[in-house]
Amino acid sequence: MKPSDAKKQRTLAAETWRRFRKNKLALSGMIVLLALVLIALSTIVIDLVTDNAIYNNYVIKQNLRLRLQGPSKAHIFGLDEFGRDIFMRMIWAVRYSLFMGTIAIALSTVVGVLLGSIAGYYGKVTDNIIMRFMDVLLAIPSMLLATAIVAALGTSLTNVLIAIAISYVPTFARTVRASVLTIKDQEFIEAARAMGASDLRIIFKYILPNSMAPLIVQATLGVAGAILSIAGLSFLGLGIQPPTPEWGSMLSSARSYIREGWHITVIPGLGIMITILALNVMGDGLRDALDPRLKN
Amino acid sequence: MAEPLLKVEHLKKYFHTNQGTLHAVDDVSFTLNKGETLGVVGESGCGKSTLGRTILRLYEPTGGKVFFEGKEVTSLTKPEMKALRRDMQIIFQDPFASLNPRMTISETIGESLLIQKIYTRKQGPQLKKRVLELMDFVGLSPRLVNSYPHELDGGRRQRIGIARTLALDPKFIVCDEPVSALDVSIQAQILNLMQDLQDEFGLTYLFITHDLSVVKHLSNTIAVMYLGQIVEHAPSLVLFEKPLHPYTQALLSAIPVPDPDYEVNRVLLQGELTSPVDPVPGCRFAKRCPYASDACRKADIPLKEVQPGHFVACTLV
Repeated sequence: MKPSDAKKQRTLAAETWRRFRKNKLALSGMIVLLALVLIALSTIVIDLVTDNAIYNNYVIKQNLRLRLQGPSKAHIFGLDEFGRDIFMRMIWAVRYSLFMGTIAIALSTVVGVLLGSIAGYYGKVTDNIIMRFMDVLLAIPSMLLATAIVAALGTSLTNVLIAIAISYVPTFARTVRASVLTIKDQEFIEAARAMGASDLRIIFKYILPNSMAPLIVQATLGVAGAILSIAGLSFLGLGIQPPTPEWGSMLSSARSYIREGWHITVIPGLGIMITILALNVMGDGLRDALDPRLKN
Repeated sequence: MAEPLLKVEHLKKYFHTNQGTLHAVDDVSFTLNKGETLGVVGESGCGKSTLGRTILRLYEPTGGKVFFEGKEVTSLTKPEMKALRRDMQIIFQDPFASLNPRMTISETIGESLLIQKIYTRKQGPQLKKRVLELMDFVGLSPRLVNSYPHELDGGRRQRIGIARTLALDPKFIVCDEPVSALDVSIQAQILNLMQDLQDEFGLTYLFITHDLSVVKHLSNTIAVMYLGQIVEHAPSLVLFEKPLHPYTQALLSAIPVPDPDYEVNRVLLQGELTSPVDPVPGCRFAKRCPYASDACRKADIPLKEVQPGHFVACTLV
């Protein structure tokens, strides 16, 4: 670091971005995700402007004569088992796969962080009540839990979101609680208390910023997992209903045709893989950039 | 006679462990005058740090009273306590662990001012000015203002800790082994700084250390602790000249003397530190004391004033 840099007032965001930029891999992950977000937003706009014309004529339009046709000039990703254009379906599916996964994880992160930090910070009875409840949730396989919640609440996009969010809360609560426990006995927390800082301030300004690293990794992995969970629920007929395109449901319905056309499973699979990979490298980069100890 | 700033009466702090009740601080009483320094010495685990933290109510005391400027501290409500924290501060031992690694130096120093609402977030320029002023007091270059603690060495970090403490303009500071994590050369710098600050701001220190040579030139009075109790409390010079308690004598004889011809006349103690968990009545030191008699083991030995200002808890005097 040049001495001239030190004089400038640096905000946390600017400083994080400066460090994040240097990590080319994380940067490319972010570019991929931004591109996906852009695609998702533009499909939403197109649907609004054309009144679903493109959606009806290309995305869910069946052409059984051409079913399972491989990639060609007219259909660069080929056609699926009902003769629908896979490229168009992939593009239109981005919003469900990416946004739903992200929103579900954002929800469970917020709830999990709150519960975990309260449990870890206050300890004793509070900790026991919260964490035993989390244990109960953890004891039920998350897929089964989400299935049960969707079955109870009814099949809709919101309910799928809520179901997935709930099933991921315990992992976040556990992660946060563990890091709160390691940090809360450090001397700088005691120093804050000696200055008269309130519990809330200590949790949000001292403990949570120092427990970001595991949380960010957990969240990026969580989004990847949530995308797969949405796919799984769709496969069971509880998530996104056909003919709405969604990568997970495309993948699972293509499963039965894997011997007749390789492309219909590989392409949605690649889509999920690339998204998850991008999320993970960006998450890693973000974690490093947020840690001032790993400077430069 | 100077006026007393801090008065501690029969302060007790017990911890409940699986083995039993740990008497970390057991019936400690002393008075500390304004502008003076009380050195608290003793070996590891004798309750020095717990004493300091209990006085500040970072630990809730099990029993006893603490008076600060005549106000009883242990019964204050939360908001009253928060207000009092301006006057009573602490400097920690480990400059690596006591600073939030995610905060820059200016944030760390300014934090206490924001917490105590001396400045608000909107008063950025004034806050910054005050932070720079404080950095100047403790000898930190203003170019470090946006550095993070991990970028600095131990001495500088300890200066940050001191600046943070001074920000609130306290009257009384508990110094919890502030130099024992530092190199000897840095130790001297920090000690000089602390002494200068004491002269300038009229600070009162409770200086906790296990290093006798450190307290010798800082303290007006010294209290020697053994297993949660004060065994001897005397003016610094008197204690070094004429230690009365056998434990103090042993401690003093352990100070290394930088003279190869000096004939070492060490009082070697036998045995281990006895456990502070559920201690038996009687002198805590009796098991290791070369002069222990039956009288020592019967009942707790109270502090006795043998000369004005010189207190000893021993049956021999």
